[in-house]
Amino acid sequence: MRRIGDAPVVRRLLIGAALVLSALFLLLPLVAIFAQAFSEGVMVFWANVSNTFTLHAIGLTLMIALLTIPVCLVFGVALAWLVTRFSFPGRRILQTLIDIPFAVSPVVAGLIYLLLYGRNGWIGTWLDGYDIQLMFSWPGILMVTIFVTCPFVARELIPLMQAQGSREEEAAVTLGASGWTTFRRVTLPNIRWALLYGVILTNARAVGEFGAVSVVSGAIRGKTNTLPLHLEQLYQDYNAVGAFACAALLAFIALLTLSAKAGLEWRAARREAFA
Amino acid sequence: MALPTIFRRSLIAIALGVTVSGTAAAQERELLNSSYDIARELFAAINPEFQAWWQEEHGEEIAISQSHGGSSAQARAILQGLRADVVTFNQVTDVQVLADAGLVAEDWQDAFENNASPYYSTTAFLVRKGNPKGIESWDDLVKEDVQMVFPNPKTSGNGRYTYLAAWGFAENEFDGDEEQIEEFMRTFLANVAVFDTGGRGATTSFIEREIGDVLISFESEVNNIRGEYGSDDYEVIVPPVSILAEFPVAVVGENAERNGNSDLAQSYLEYLYTEETQRLLAGFNYRVHNETVVEEFADQFPETELLEVDEVFGSWDEAMETHFEGGALLDQLQRR
Amino acid sequence: MSQLATWRTGSTRVLPGFGLSMGISVLFISLVLLLPITGLFGQLAGLSLAEYWAIITEGRVVASYMVTIGAAAVAAIINAIFGLLLAWVLVRYDFPGKRLLDALMDLPFALPTAVAGITLATLYASSGWMGGLLEPLGFQVAYTWVGIALAMAFTSIPFVVRTVQPVLEDLPAEVDEAAMSLGATDGVAFRRVILPHIWPALVTGTGLAFVRSLGEFGAIIFIAGNMPYETEITALMIFVKLQEYDYAGASAIASVVLFVSLALLLAINVWQGRFVRRLHGGKG
Repeated sequence: MRRIGDAPVVRRLLIGAALVLSALFLLLPLVAIFAQAFSEGVMVFWANVSNTFTLHAIGLTLMIALLTIPVCLVFGVALAWLVTRFSFPGRRILQTLIDIPFAVSPVVAGLIYLLLYGRNGWIGTWLDGYDIQLMFSWPGILMVTIFVTCPFVARELIPLMQAQGSREEEAAVTLGASGWTTFRRVTLPNIRWALLYGVILTNARAVGEFGAVSVVSGAIRGKTNTLPLHLEQLYQDYNAVGAFACAALLAFIALLTLSAKAGLEWRAARREAFA
Repeated sequence: MALPTIFRRSLIAIALGVTVSGTAAAQERELLNSSYDIARELFAAINPEFQAWWQEEHGEEIAISQSHGGSSAQARAILQGLRADVVTFNQVTDVQVLADAGLVAEDWQDAFENNASPYYSTTAFLVRKGNPKGIESWDDLVKEDVQMVFPNPKTSGNGRYTYLAAWGFAENEFDGDEEQIEEFMRTFLANVAVFDTGGRGATTSFIEREIGDVLISFESEVNNIRGEYGSDDYEVIVPPVSILAEFPVAVVGENAERNGNSDLAQSYLEYLYTEETQRLLAGFNYRVHNETVVEEFADQFPETELLEVDEVFGSWDEAMETHFEGGALLDQLQRR
Repeated sequence: MSQLATWRTGSTRVLPGFGLSMGISVLFISLVLLLPITGLFGQLAGLSLAEYWAIITEGRVVASYMVTIGAAAVAAIINAIFGLLLAWVLVRYDFPGKRLLDALMDLPFALPTAVAGITLATLYASSGWMGGLLEPLGFQVAYTWVGIALAMAFTSIPFVVRTVQPVLEDLPAEVDEAAMSLGATDGVAFRRVILPHIWPALVTGTGLAFVRSLGEFGAIIFIAGNMPYETEITALMIFVKLQEYDYAGASAIASVVLFVSLALLLAINVWQGRFVRRLHGGKG
C-alpha cells in the first residue's frame, strides 16, 4: 500500500531539501569546529584533550549528565502520567509550571539557586551551620543541571500520551492487570521512542549547559570545572585550538547517546523480526 | 531493556568522577586563587615558582587551585560563598565589593604596596600593519573613516577603562568644557563597529573577523595578541596620554582564616612583588614597580602620561555612578 | 486527600497511580522549580512598583524587547517549517546518511551556546565561508538582527524536530493508507490526515523554541554586534545588571521574560487540551 509522500519525486525533493538545509545549517558549524580543533594537527588536539584538567572536566561532565538523566526520567514519566491520564483542577497550571526552566535565562537560573543556597541565602546559611556547602561544588552543578533539563522528558511524553489516549491501559486494568504491569507492558512500549528522545535531549543539554553552571560552579580548575567551563577558559586565554577540541568532544558525547539509541532501535527491530 | 548497561556505565562514571576529585583532595594545604579570565597562563607560570619557594622556606608542600572568570562574576561567587583565599583581579571595584561585604579588610589597598596592585597596565591600541589610518592618539579615533573595536563598557571593565581614558583625554584637550567633551565622546562611541561583551570577543572581532581599524584593550593584552597572531601583521600604539589600570590583589580574610591559610595567602601575594615574579610579570607584558626589572624592560614599555581614575573622576564609585549606571552619561551619549 | 479521591473518582478513569505520580510531580516541582523561583521574587520585593516599572520600561531595555521578540518570532517560523521537514524525512524515509542527520539534530543542545555563537559568527562574518558568499550579494548576516535570528534558530531547532518526531513515529500506517486509498493527493492527504495529528506537537515545539530564544544569551552575543538600541537583546540587559551587582534589576527584567514566556506556554497548553478533546470526540 502506498503511503503519503511515497512518490519518488516528492521523496527525493524532501530528502534533498532536508539534506541541503541541514548541511548548511547544522553540518557546516560542526565541520568548522572540527577544522579548528585539528587546525594544528592531531598531536596538538591530543595534547589538549589528554591534559589532566580536560580529563577531569570530562569526568565531571559525564558524571553530572548520568546523575541528571534518571532524576529527570522519573519526574518526567510521573508528570506525564499525571497530566495525561487524570483530569483534576490545576492540571494546565501544573503542566505549564514545568516549562519554567525554558522561560528563565540560564544565567538567571543559576543566580536564583545561588541566592537560595549560597552564603547569604536562607537555606545556604542553615547548611553552612553544618559545614555543608552545595554551591561551588558538584552537588550545586547537579542541582542547576536538573533544573535546566527537567522539562525535556515530560515535554516529549505529554503530546504523545495525549494523542494516544488511555484506552489500552484502561482495558488492561479492567482485565485485572496491576498498575505496574500495565505501565510496563502497555504504556512503556508505546512511549519508548518519546522516552528515548527525552533522554537524548536531556543528555545533550546536560553536557552542554554553560550559563547556569557557570554561576554556581566557582570554576575551580580540576575540581568544579565542567567541560563547557573549561572550554570557555581555554578560549579566553587564547588557546582556541584547545577550546574547539573540547567543543568537538562535547559534540562527540552527544553522538554517543545517539548511537545508544541506534543500538536500541536495532535490538527492537531484531526482536520484532523474531517474534 | 538496556537499562542495566546504562546503569553500569553510570556507576563507572560516578566512580571515575569520585576518584578524580578524591585525588585532588589530598592531605596538603591548599590555596585557592580567584582570578580574572585571561590570567590562566600567567598564574600557571607563577604558582609552581611559589610552591617551590614555600617548600624551601617552610619545608611544606602546598597545592594551589585556580579559578578564572570575569572579574565581577568571580567576586559574586565569593560573595555567595566560594571559599577563595586570595583574589587577583583586574578591577578595583570588584575587590571593593568584597570589602563592602566585610570579606576583605576595609583598608585592603594599604595592605600591600602600590595600592595593593603588584603590576599594572594601561589602555593601548592595536592597529593593522603599517598603521594605514595613522592612529597615534585619542583624537585620531574620532575621525570619520576610523572604526574601532573595544569591549562594551556596560559589561567589561576593560571597556570602562577605554571609555574613561578617552574622557580623560578629552577633558585635558577641551579644558573641561562639558559640551565639547560630550560631543567628542558621542563621536568616539559612534565610531565603534562592534560592542563585544568582553576583551576576548573584541579580539576575535578585530583579528579573525577583520572588523575595524583599531582594537583598544589593555597594553598587556594588545602585546600578547600581537605575539599570538603575528608581529608582522599588527602594530601596538601606546597613546601619549592614557589611563592607569591597576590589577588589585587582596586576601579574603574570612575565608583564609576558615581554611587555615592566612599565612600562606599573605605570603602568596607578597611573592608577587619579588624581583623574580616581577620579571615574570613583565614577560607577560604587564608593567611592574621593581626598579631593576623596570630598567631591564624599558624598551618594551614606552613612556606615557597615566591618568588616574581617582584624580580625574573622584573615585571609582563616582565614575560608575555618573558614567556607567543605567540612564547615566554613557546611556545618554549612545542614545540616537 | 479525601478531596483528591473525589477528583479521581469524579473522572471516568480507572487507572491507578494518581497518588504516586501526583506526589512525585508536586514534590519535584515545588523543590526544584518553585522554591528557587521564590528567590527571584524575593529580589523583586526590594523594589517599589514605580522602581520596577522604571527598570522594565527604560528606553534601552524596551528596544531590546523589540529586537528579541522580532528575531525570536522569525527564528520560530523558520524552525517550524524546517523542523517539520526534518522530522518527516527522518521518520518516513530511508536514505544514506540518515543516522548522521538524526545525530546532527541534537548538536545545538550539546554544544555550549558560546561555541555555537563563536562558530556561527566565524562562518557568517564577511571573512567566513558563508559570509564570504552572502555579503557580495548584499546580504549581511553577522552583526545584524538576521544574525540574532540565525543564532536563535540554531539553538532551538531540536525542540521542533524532537517533539514532532515521536508523534509521527507513532502514527500507524493505516492512517495514511486509508487517506491515500480514498484517492486524495499527497498534499491534501497530508493536510487533512497527518497535520491534525501532529499539529499539537508542532505548535508545542515551535512555542518552546520561541520561548527558549527569548532567554538565549551565549549564542547570540558573539554574532549580534550589540549596538545600543539596534542589536542589543534582553538577555544582555540582564547580564549588564548582574555585572553591576544589581540583582533586583536583573530579576526585574528576568521576570518580564518569565511572565511573557509562561503566559504563552499556558495558552498553548490550554489550546492543546481543547484541541485533543475535539480530536478524541469530546473525551480527552
